[in-house]
Parts: sequence; structure tokens; C-alpha cells
Amino acid sequence: MLTIIIGFASGIISGMGIGGGTLLIPALVFTVGVKQQIAQSINLIVFIPSAIAALFVHTKKHNIEKGLLLKLAITGCAGAVIGSLLAVNLDSNLLKKFFGAFLLIMGVYEITSKSKNKKTNSGKEDCK
Amino acid sequence: MSKKTSMVKTALIGLAVGLVNGIFGSGGGTILVPCLVFLMDIEDHKAHATAISIILPLSIISSIIYFRYDVVDPALTLKVAVGSVMGALVGSCILNKFSVNALRKIFGIFMIIAAVRMVF
Repeated sequence: MLTIIIGFASGIISGMGIGGGTLLIPALVFTVGVKQQIAQSINLIVFIPSAIAALFVHTKKHNIEKGLLLKLAITGCAGAVIGSLLAVNLDSNLLKKFFGAFLLIMGVYEITSKSKNKKTNSGKEDCK
Repeated sequence: MSKKTSMVKTALIGLAVGLVNGIFGSGGGTILVPCLVFLMDIEDHKAHATAISIILPLSIISSIIYFRYDVVDPALTLKVAVGSVMGALVGSCILNKFSVNALRKIFGIFMIIAAVRMVF
């Protein structure tokens, strides 16, 4: 039950476009007590269906810059392979510390950034 | 900016986003959106959509690698997924009822607290 609630909370944050994954991972590590890598894999896998759902809406609205998508995805895939291989081979306590450092940078960024995000309602009008 | 530098820039952004998303299992989008908006002059709502379309294949690749190395927990993943899908629906509907900027700062504080606990 706790896991579902954690998922629900992170889903709300993600749905608001604030990156729930970066909070889902520490939440799982601290409350459920899973290994860092497991928490990360959960976030990666859970992202897939929600991303597909979001992309259905965005494709219809022509919000995707397709040319850019291809260019970024090529080196992105190479990066994904290297990054994932590093993650699965690193000691989980060490990875947790690295993640903590990354999270600190993200946290400071969230606090200090003045987002250009005025109200962009792309894909959000569908809710009643 | 010449075409060549722009190509190098694009390649480097892609590589960095893939690396981060793979090694930390998250955060690719958080980095990519500001890159698209500030470095590549993409409109905000298009940046979000484009970021999702790029992170999706990267997350699929990373998931496959995590899976092959057996660092997955299907039962737990399913539970989180069920909660997350419901949460995402609620989140996108209540989006306009809150100041996202204020929420960002609140979550930023949570992130910093979690970060400190993870490092020490």
C-alpha cells in the first residue's frame, strides 16, 4: 500500500511537470528500503507507459520537434548505454552517494531557476 | 552559430542527457528541457513534449540493460506504476490550481534534504 501511495504522490508531481522521478527514487530507498539500482529501474520502467500516453496527446498537437528528436536521440542512446552499464556495475552505496550529489544540484536548480513556465497547458485541456 | 558547432552542441547534449538518465535512472528530462529552451530556443511547451519523446527511447534502452543485469523488482514496479498513473492524471488536472513555481521551490527543498541524507 505504501508503495502505491509513493507512486501516486510521484505521479502527481510528474503530472504537474516537475520531475517526480528525482523524488520517487529517494522515497523508495528510504521508506521501502530497496537498493539504489532497483529504485532507479522502477523509475525508468514506470516512465515508459506514462510517456507513451503523453506522446499520443503531444503528437496530435504537433508539439514534437521531430528533426531535433532524431539528432538528440542518436548520441542520447549511446549515453544511455554507457550510463546504465555504469549504474548496474557500481556499488549501490557509492551510486547512492553520486545520486545524492546529483539530487543536491537538481534541488538547488529547482529553487533558484526562474522557469519560463508561464501557464503552458499543452495536453492539459483534456481534463474535465 | 555555425552549423558545425550546432551539430556538436546537439550531440553533446544528447550524450549528457543519455548518460545522466542511465546512471541515475532519472533526471534526463529535468536537464533536457532547460537545454532545449535556453540553448536551442525551443518554445516551452514544445520543449516538454520533445523532451518526453527523446527520454522515452533512452529509458527503454536503460530499462533493458537494468533488466539484463537483474536489477529489477517487477512486483514493486507494478505497484508504483499503478499509483503513478493515477497520480499523473490527478497532477495534470490540478496543475492550474497551484502556482507551479512555488511548488518547484517546495520540492527543491525536499530534494536537498533527501540529497543530504543520501550522501551522509
